[in-house]
Amino acid sequence: MALPPPDPRFVLRGAGAAVHTLHFSCGGQEPDVPILFSGSENGFIHVWNLKTHRVDTVLDGHGRTSVYCVETMGGRNRLVSQGRDQRICLWDLAEGRTSVTDSVFTENVGFCRCSLLEVAQGRWLMAMAAKAPEEVQVLELPSKTSVCTLKPEVCAKLGMPMCLKFWQLSCGSQPLLLAGYEDGSVVLWNLSMGKTLSQLVCHQEPVMSLDFDSEKTKGISGSSEKVLSIWSLNEQQNLQVYKTHQLINPGISDITIRPDKKILATAGWDHRIRIFGWKKMKPLAVLDYHTATVHCVSFSDHKNPSERLLAAGSKDHRISIWSIYTQT
Amino acid sequence: VCFIPGGLDCSISFISHVLGKVCVHGRQKEMLSVLVPRLTELTSSDCIWQRMCWRLLERVPERWMEAVLLGFVQSTPGPDVLSRLLGNLVVKNKKAQFVVTQKVLLLQYCHGTEVLQNVGGYLSLDGSRRALLVKVLQELLETWSSSSAVKHSPPEQQQYISKAILICLSHLKEPEIESCRQELLTSMMEGVKCHLDSSLPQVRRLGMIVAESISSRINTDGPVLKFQYEEDEEVRELKSLLVQTPAISAVPSLPEDSKSEKAAAAQPLVSESNKKSHSAASVVPDEESDAELDSDDELIPYDMSDDKELKVKAPVYIRDCIEVLTGSEEDMDKWEATVKALESLIRRNPAATREVSVELAKILLHLEEKTCVEGFVVLRQRAQVAVLTTDPVPVAKYLTSQFYSLNYSLRQRMDILDVLVLAAQELSSPKSHGKTKQPDAQKPCIQVLAASDSPKDWRRVVDERIKSKTRRFATGQSQVEQTFSPNEFNSVAGHFFFPLIQHFDRPLTTFDLLGEDHLVLGRLVHTLAVLMYLAVNTVAAPAMGKALLEFGWALRFHTDSYVRQGLLSCVSSVLLSVPAQRLLEDVAEELLETQSWLGDVLEKDPDGDCRRLALQNLLLMENLKKKLEPAPS
Repeated sequence: MALPPPDPRFVLRGAGAAVHTLHFSCGGQEPDVPILFSGSENGFIHVWNLKTHRVDTVLDGHGRTSVYCVETMGGRNRLVSQGRDQRICLWDLAEGRTSVTDSVFTENVGFCRCSLLEVAQGRWLMAMAAKAPEEVQVLELPSKTSVCTLKPEVCAKLGMPMCLKFWQLSCGSQPLLLAGYEDGSVVLWNLSMGKTLSQLVCHQEPVMSLDFDSEKTKGISGSSEKVLSIWSLNEQQNLQVYKTHQLINPGISDITIRPDKKILATAGWDHRIRIFGWKKMKPLAVLDYHTATVHCVSFSDHKNPSERLLAAGSKDHRISIWSIYTQT
Repeated sequence: VCFIPGGLDCSISFISHVLGKVCVHGRQKEMLSVLVPRLTELTSSDCIWQRMCWRLLERVPERWMEAVLLGFVQSTPGPDVLSRLLGNLVVKNKKAQFVVTQKVLLLQYCHGTEVLQNVGGYLSLDGSRRALLVKVLQELLETWSSSSAVKHSPPEQQQYISKAILICLSHLKEPEIESCRQELLTSMMEGVKCHLDSSLPQVRRLGMIVAESISSRINTDGPVLKFQYEEDEEVRELKSLLVQTPAISAVPSLPEDSKSEKAAAAQPLVSESNKKSHSAASVVPDEESDAELDSDDELIPYDMSDDKELKVKAPVYIRDCIEVLTGSEEDMDKWEATVKALESLIRRNPAATREVSVELAKILLHLEEKTCVEGFVVLRQRAQVAVLTTDPVPVAKYLTSQFYSLNYSLRQRMDILDVLVLAAQELSSPKSHGKTKQPDAQKPCIQVLAASDSPKDWRRVVDERIKSKTRRFATGQSQVEQTFSPNEFNSVAGHFFFPLIQHFDRPLTTFDLLGEDHLVLGRLVHTLAVLMYLAVNTVAAPAMGKALLEFGWALRFHTDSYVRQGLLSCVSSVLLSVPAQRLLEDVAEELLETQSWLGDVLEKDPDGDCRRLALQNLLLMENLKKKLEPAPS
């Protein structure tokens, strides 16, 4: 007899607007409190204290335009946020400061979240959608120099880039970029030459989100239709469809694989969060708490596995925190 | 007939006379079926024979030239043969020129495509004749682009002229087209306008095809005109005329009508834009799963039985529907669900609908597609029909008054007409109780009408009914037994019908039935015909019939053939629906006038369909008379 799905551990209220992006930062030592960054549609970034379940700080850097991506750059003191004011802001949050140290003007009016990768101590690569319609630009941070611009061929007609993900086979090897596009294809880019290594049509509708497991070189992408597509990279760096999974209701806004690669979570337009086992895509749970589209899901990076959490942000202004499958 | 070659100076004029006389008496086929193959063979290699043939034809007296030429043009297997046989006759002989360039192309239209091919090819094969080809094309285009020709000439002639234009176009070379490019362009623009204005879809299509072809020839580099129309046999045949096969030296006995696509006039090939994606070969996962240790088993799934499809609930009350449809809230899912559920809600709650019927009708008339709902137009129409049948009188009053109001689009006015007809049909159709069998003729017609709104179908259904009824009168069979149930249309027929007829001659600023909007007038007339037909056995039928005949009388000389066809269907409906006695009593004078009008149409109307309908109406009237004669007057 299967157990009924669990209830959220707790729910964070107070964002005041639809929550578009979440990012945990819980790996710090004492006395650092585990915190959760959330970006909302009203332009604020809230820093939630996960012990007190209250907002510690509110960051206002995007002129009240929606914040749709938040990431940390090596620790909780350096934050990268992306907003609809066409800017990517770099924050310095050490010792209680809340200032924007730098910003990049992307001139892109899309919704593509940027992707960060640390390639060397203090040096980061950031991939973002560029001004020209189908292009992706890679910058090096903090110097903000352009590394390369990834422009697909004219006849490919990929449309806007919808989601990006950097990955490396192992630390120090060539970084590669996976990009999901508006026409439903996922493209693997080689950065040094600026050329496509492989392209795979996974969906009939735009790819809304993707995530990749670099150990098994297997990835998953979700779109606005009812299908989740799981694909893998073979030895020749070619993408192939591994399997597909049918959903009951169409529309996925976000997919994320837990850092231990055991489970993954999807955020659906049907207000539900679904948990699957990563190895065989076994459906594990359907978490039905929210009353509007769930925009984002994120797993925490706790060092202690039993403390791991899953957070989901939704259009109904709430962030639900779940503790699920923490025993494995 | 065997000629003796040699250095004999023989006079051929005698033979020409014989030939001419035979042809003019109508014996072209017999004579030429022997003569032409022989001559073809002889002239294919020997140019003395060619010259003899030319002399033969030149000598035919003027008064018989036409018959001879027509015969030749019809019986030669191909343009190059015709060229060999006729030589430059058209250049030298005025009468021959007139026959070939004017008479065959512009004044007669009974010939087939082969004749056109022969003439076109013949004119193009020699330099001195090519000037004629250009002139011919210009004259054809002048006819094609004149609006009076489009309106008054029968569709068959228009098709013939279009074919001729396409063939001439296919023969012309670049420099020639360059020289007359400006005239081609102006004629094309004018012609396209008149053709698209017409209410007959066949004429519109012809216009579109010819305009596309002309545009593709004169704008070889820039963007060309492209219309959307259905491809069918006729279209394909017309398009194939544009492509000319290179002159094959065929054996005379073989008919030369291979229209292969390997033409010099290359149609630009659209190169497929290939996606560079590698084909996704799905790897079968079976092999891998057994080998790995299944640590996924440790993760126990939770109960997921509640995970069902997310359905948006449609409102259950009519007033809620009205709120959703008129509200400005952003919930598009709810709006969609409401639109889909509306018709069944209306039908299930007649009492509630009657309270708000006019308001609902108003909302539906103005309802526009907010999100992309499949079949939105059909859903809206069915909801409107449901409202109209639930509460006929006030809603009909509203709709008919809106038909003549300001600021509606033509599409909305035609929607009103469609809804009125569908509702009338629903109200008047006998409800089957399942016991007695329905006559087969009725059922298919009813289903066909409800599904489409194309104007042809009204006519077709009424025609089918006319045919079936006509047969019954003639053989004297009794009417098939039907289930009797009250005709609900009875009480409301007048409300549907009379307001529509009232204001047709009163023009508004945005809507002028007698002026530009003759398409709507045509639809209105057809609608009235169907409403009249459905009013059979109702109390108002005789009054409706009288009004309809007077309406038809006022419009009978309308220039649009679609309107005239509608008027003739109206007459049929009157003759079928109004009981014969009442016809004689109330409508006698109008009937006599109508009869003379029908005779007129039968003889003089250029449109074939109009003539056919007029004939059917006259037959109906004859049958009526016969039926009434035994009764003592």
